[in-house]
Amino acid sequence: MSEVQSYTKLRKDLMQRDRSLREKVVSLEEAASFVRDSDSVSIGGSTVSRTPMGLIWALIRAERTKLSCSRCIVSSDGDLLFGSGASEHIITSWFSQGILWGVSKVMRHYVETGKARYDEWSHLAMGMRFRAGAMGVPFMPIRSMLGSDVVKLRPEPKQIVCPFTNEKLLLVPALNPDVALIHVQRCDAYGNAQIDGLQFMDVDLAMAANKVILTTERIISNDQIRRAPDRTKIPFFAVDAVVELPFGCAPHECYGAYEPMMRHMEYYVDLVNKDPVEGMREYLDRFVYGPKSWTEFLDLIGIEEVLAAGRAGQSIYDT
Amino acid sequence: MTLKSTYTAGELLAILSARQLVDGQVVFAGVGIPLLAATLAQRLDCPGLTILFEGGVIGAFVEPGKLPPSTNDQRCTVRANMVLGSAEVLLLLQRGYVDVGFMGGAQIDQYGNLNSSFIGDPAKPKTRLPGTGGGNDISSLTNMIVAMKHEKRRFVENVDFITSPGWLNGGHTRADGGLPAGGMYRVVTDLAVFGFDETTRRLKTLALNPGVTREQVQDNTGFRLDFDDDVRVTEPPTAQELSVLRGLDPDRLYIG
Repeated sequence: MSEVQSYTKLRKDLMQRDRSLREKVVSLEEAASFVRDSDSVSIGGSTVSRTPMGLIWALIRAERTKLSCSRCIVSSDGDLLFGSGASEHIITSWFSQGILWGVSKVMRHYVETGKARYDEWSHLAMGMRFRAGAMGVPFMPIRSMLGSDVVKLRPEPKQIVCPFTNEKLLLVPALNPDVALIHVQRCDAYGNAQIDGLQFMDVDLAMAANKVILTTERIISNDQIRRAPDRTKIPFFAVDAVVELPFGCAPHECYGAYEPMMRHMEYYVDLVNKDPVEGMREYLDRFVYGPKSWTEFLDLIGIEEVLAAGRAGQSIYDT
Repeated sequence: MTLKSTYTAGELLAILSARQLVDGQVVFAGVGIPLLAATLAQRLDCPGLTILFEGGVIGAFVEPGKLPPSTNDQRCTVRANMVLGSAEVLLLLQRGYVDVGFMGGAQIDQYGNLNSSFIGDPAKPKTRLPGTGGGNDISSLTNMIVAMKHEKRRFVENVDFITSPGWLNGGHTRADGGLPAGGMYRVVTDLAVFGFDETTRRLKTLALNPGVTREQVQDNTGFRLDFDDDVRVTEPPTAQELSVLRGLDPDRLYIG
């Protein structure tokens, strides 16, 4: 959904949410039920970092369809959303598996055959769209994208002459998704969330969305949150569901907890880039539909690789 | 063995790119050769270089042998001065805190416009490429250095699609298009180093890489090349440059 929502509707939708201090812990499967077919879904993290892969995995297993997804930079998460049929529309600034692996054959297959859409915006434009959504204003002005062909392909932004300075500016529309999916290092049962390291655009995503689902490496007590309130980046009243999901970004990374599981990523990229349809089917059957639980999925990646990624991730604190 | 065969094209590209940076600058580096070259410069002549990454890092100090797979990974944050949101670090470009943007390129044209979105007609693309990422923002808002492989299919008269603006159609067209700040400054390839004419804003050869002829550069370029009145020959990589570079990328992720 790319139209800017009316302010009255935004406010009304927010008023209807239960913003009380209440426990919100649910299972991964229950969390997936918070997302409906055709919802607009914003995905936290960036590229292979702090991607809420567990939630995406659960949405694919729950057979969600027609999700309109947005993220600052998309990696294999976008492949899986297209390849599974969960989404036919992704809004982002960059979409491939990662620079080490060239151009995603899955993205190419779906976009070049017209089976799915990839709407391209600049990275800053994505940020300012989420920012406008978080601020409750219909747009933000930016000074990039102007003059390029990126802006020519997009019907949504408006070029204006600044009423103060007479300069050309580009207005990018607010993005207020139905749901934001965000993975954090820790939060309490109410949804007060701490994010370590790179935050990307996650705080804006949370404040812009009409519903927020958190997965977390660990649920901590509210006392622990209150001992260090400066570390809380997302307030509980913006959060609708909390799932405790260790290694919830696998095979991507989670700052200070684990680095990307490169052996699995390389296996994945090799499989799907060889054949974006059959290779993807094989991957989904084996790693998404096959396992009974997220833990079984981690088991398929392999204990050795998961632990090695954990050691590398925690080494950021060895100085 | 000739001197040329003692280093790879990727190594030459990284070293010549690193030489373009000046100590004390604030540089916004993309992943791949730019990240590696900025890190190399920091370890050689520019200890006071401040490296920014679009994942949200100020003052990166990437560790040898631990090159990050993207500019959004935790490896980018090691020994940095600050981590911040990715929109916040991009806004530093817009505010004007950045001296140099430093990127790789898939396709470039005579005015330094870069394409990383489509090969062929965007409505029915032959190849859909990954897209801009921060490339459009960096090239719209600061002075740019581009490091790329020199091939005829990559150096075209006009790009199929302007993802990251250079001087647009030359002359004043960049400022007229709404981009009064920044612009394409240098292009570094495995054959030569280029700048842009002050008036026409067309690509201009400034220096040839060791052992490379003018004809060779022209033959690998898809449009008529201009040459500076005083075309120099670049000094080959030194043993020290090569040794520090190889130490940074022992797995040869980016230097090939």
